[in-house]
Amino acid sequence: MAAQISPDSVWVLGAHMTRFARYPDRDLIDLASESALGALADGEVTVADIDVLACGALFQASGAVGQRLQKQIGQTGVPVYNVANACATGATAIRTVMMAIRAGEAEIGLAVGAEQMGKMGLLGGGATKKEKKVFEPSGRYGAVTGVDGYLGTETMPGVFAQAGTAYAHDHDSVGFEQFARVAYKNHLHSTLNPLAQYQKEFSMDEIMESPMMSYPNTLLMCCPTGDGAAALVLVSGERLASMPSHVRKRAVKVSASVLTSDPFTEDCQVQPDVNTLTRNAANQAYETAGVGPEDLDLVELHDCFATAELIHYDNLSLCEPGGAGEFIDSGGPFRDGTTPVNVSGGLISKGHPIGATGVANVYEITTHLRGEAGDRQVAGATVGLAHVIGLASACGVHILEKAAA
Amino acid sequence: MAQARVPLVDYLCLEPEPHLVAQECRHCGARFFDRRNACARCGRSDFAPAEVDSNGELRAFTIVHRAAPGIPVPFVSAIVNTDDGTWVRSNLINCDPTPEAVTLGMRVRLTTYPVGTDDDGTEAVAFGYEPT
Repeated sequence: MAAQISPDSVWVLGAHMTRFARYPDRDLIDLASESALGALADGEVTVADIDVLACGALFQASGAVGQRLQKQIGQTGVPVYNVANACATGATAIRTVMMAIRAGEAEIGLAVGAEQMGKMGLLGGGATKKEKKVFEPSGRYGAVTGVDGYLGTETMPGVFAQAGTAYAHDHDSVGFEQFARVAYKNHLHSTLNPLAQYQKEFSMDEIMESPMMSYPNTLLMCCPTGDGAAALVLVSGERLASMPSHVRKRAVKVSASVLTSDPFTEDCQVQPDVNTLTRNAANQAYETAGVGPEDLDLVELHDCFATAELIHYDNLSLCEPGGAGEFIDSGGPFRDGTTPVNVSGGLISKGHPIGATGVANVYEITTHLRGEAGDRQVAGATVGLAHVIGLASACGVHILEKAAA
Repeated sequence: MAQARVPLVDYLCLEPEPHLVAQECRHCGARFFDRRNACARCGRSDFAPAEVDSNGELRAFTIVHRAAPGIPVPFVSAIVNTDDGTWVRSNLINCDPTPEAVTLGMRVRLTTYPVGTDDDGTEAVAFGYEPT
């Protein structure tokens, strides 16, 4: 299936990502500029053509990153939206530009995601207070001191480990080995991606025996912190139709762009429910795009931890209900399997500079649909899905389709 | 004279026997442990305290080996579904922090343990769950 250009559709015109890495000698604006300029050049437009800019950078969300970016690449006076939405920040930037184009306020827009984390180490959780200690209840739980480590864990590897073991409670055939195999796959995939932060294969034994972070997530089953940026130029179908044929041929249709938050569930009061909002987003996206999970040639999903990827096979309906363990064991999500998942190496190996992630996933799908993914190309790819989730929670799902020849 | 004790969080009641008290929505029955402005399920704002069953089942866990400085590791973080259907997060205690000793679906019950003493000599008491 290949998409036709209807006037009210929205398309990826240009795309770029930096290699994800650690860049101690560059700043956030350097990274954002590289991707923004790269995406503009890729789409054969200039900053003067951009009607709207959305910029996501989570840890500098109050720092007017979009305007600082403009001061390096072009102060054209167009509206700038600085967005922050946890690990779905990048997807939210894309969706902001989508909405502006759909509303008729813009014909061409630029979405940028960037993050500079350095070696931040473990995210989530915190130590008890160090000042003079007098137990006085404070906050919404009337806590007299920090509760992390006493009333369960607030660390990210732990929270997502619990999401994985909750799935294992409800479904047989899921255990330490299945979670480890997810990491094995993504490290293996990353060896073909020159943009990945790490490009090294590890054996199952190396993964299972690497330092335990939060069982069942070992170090090699956790994404690293890092730096990087990604950017997309989006265009209305009406405007695209007037562009030269070589530009139209490389354009990729955004067939669905969905953002959800978590609806009330009983257990989400004590542990983040990363499942329901992902299922809701996926179902909305499939319905909007008119495609089903069986049509997907590749998927980039939010594998912040190996436990997370496994449960999203089920949430995105990539496997039979309850069958995520069998799916990974059967080789289904490997690059030569039935539905290749995270052929980029995923967050686990490609890296996870938070604001950039939700844009980089769409860059990856776009690159495959254009047939430009080099050694890691999924042959003949015409439809792909990109998924991100941030705790609190926010979930972004984009479905993309190759242009008709 | 006995040492003064305070619960780590205000939804833990130490007397007469340690138990948890949830804020229950009078309209839809949703239960919460934090101070509420309104109900996250139905949007109404009438709540009543509800005693939570102290017995339940382990529904999810992780064994934390890396945590913020000052937090003793390893420990078992647990998600428990109590016999009255309330979800609670705490530590699993009185149990080896190993995958072999922790079993999904195992029966647990609420218990308490001290987590420290402040500069006035008051002891903070946390709750955890232990295997039965």
